[in-house]
Amino acid sequence: MSLRDQTHLRVVLYEGRDSQPLEGGQRFEILSRLLGQGFAVTRVGESGQTAPADDGPALVLGHFRAGAAEQLSAAAPERMRVAEVSGLSGEQVAAVVETTRTERQAVQPGAWKPWFPVIDYDRCTNCMQCLSFCLFGVYGADSGGKIQVQSHDNCKTNCPACSRVCPEAAIMFPKYKAGPINGAAVRDEDLQREKMKVDISALLGGDIYSMLRMRSERAQSRFSKERDSDKALQERQKCLTKLAQAGDIPAEVLMSLPSPEEILRRAGEARAKAQAALAAQQR
Amino acid sequence: MNPEPAGLLYCNCTYAQIIDPAVKAGVLRRLCDSGRSFEAVADLCEMSARRDPALQRLARQPGVKIAACYPRAVKWLFASAGTPLDPAQTEVVNLRELTEPAALERLLAADLQPNLPADKSPASATSAPSSSS
Ligand code: SF4
Ligand code: SF4
Repeated sequence: MSLRDQTHLRVVLYEGRDSQPLEGGQRFEILSRLLGQGFAVTRVGESGQTAPADDGPALVLGHFRAGAAEQLSAAAPERMRVAEVSGLSGEQVAAVVETTRTERQAVQPGAWKPWFPVIDYDRCTNCMQCLSFCLFGVYGADSGGKIQVQSHDNCKTNCPACSRVCPEAAIMFPKYKAGPINGAAVRDEDLQREKMKVDISALLGGDIYSMLRMRSERAQSRFSKERDSDKALQERQKCLTKLAQAGDIPAEVLMSLPSPEEILRRAGEARAKAQAALAAQQR
Repeated sequence: MNPEPAGLLYCNCTYAQIIDPAVKAGVLRRLCDSGRSFEAVADLCEMSARRDPALQRLARQPGVKIAACYPRAVKWLFASAGTPLDPAQTEVVNLRELTEPAALERLLAADLQPNLPADKSPASATSAPSSSS
């Protein structure tokens, strides 16, 4: 299912007019619990602004004065539910929210770990190296030939490899441990991180694809008679481990790479996509 | 000068362990006790990838302080979802780097100190590519 075009449930913890404020500890417990389960919550307090209402489904939680809950839900019966939460624990409130989410067929938060590249377009030069590099179809180009992240959930969790091939340090993974990949300001030293790219290239004798092809060919000729696939796999594992160490790429990610032949096919596809996007830009 | 204090948005970074849990809990607890209205989200990254419509209403607030991570990351998470933040009206409070008191000081201060990275060129202000793909 696409990550986009799904229904989202808005949860509101209402402590405004016609309601009684919750006890401080309960408010914190409810919010922590809902956030921990992936929900977003608008807390309406005594003062300050909240984001405007929209026309999606909403669940309003609160400790309402007599009749207020009915009045509130009557305002938009199609899309708004109201739930009394006085005396409920965070866990019980979370169960109420989850029930409403299921009924409304709204997106289930947290079903996918949000790890994906974010492009800093102030830095990006649209060189398409990331698109050519990624084997998993994460990148694409818009109708004007501009690079964009298109399939966020194809990205391999905890793998920052493409950020290492970007010559402009324009690719961020906000959940990465260190800067500038995590979004910290890019310093001059970071641009020499180009070195990192070179290191990987040196290690691979070109790039990951040619490295894997080479290894595969070598393995094939060496083992062509006995077709010792265990040894071929060991060989591949050995070079992938090296790559993992140099590029901070999780071994699980490398081991989940497709076969060398498939890698070549996908790499060719990615390169063609990148070339087409660049050509579209020049038109 | 905004007639009202800026809106507050707290990101809980639920699916990663990159922000000190004590800082997150301390900031959230204080917001809860402040009496102020605020928006709390589990994970801005997930919302960006999903193009969650909530981002649009969050970005549309006339003045917002966002407790999350690095301003550069927050800027492009919103922009790439097609809902750019107004650089003149946004202050990001970086929970990855600030202590709890320092973060709270900025979140609850009456003034807004915009700090999104400057656009390289006016055209790039919001220049995540078009959503057509
Ligand atoms: S490699 Fe970097 S500069 Fe090149 S298109 Fe990708 S993000 Fe932009
Ligand atoms: S925006 Fe920053 S703080 Fe929020 S979920 Fe993403 S990485 Fe975590």
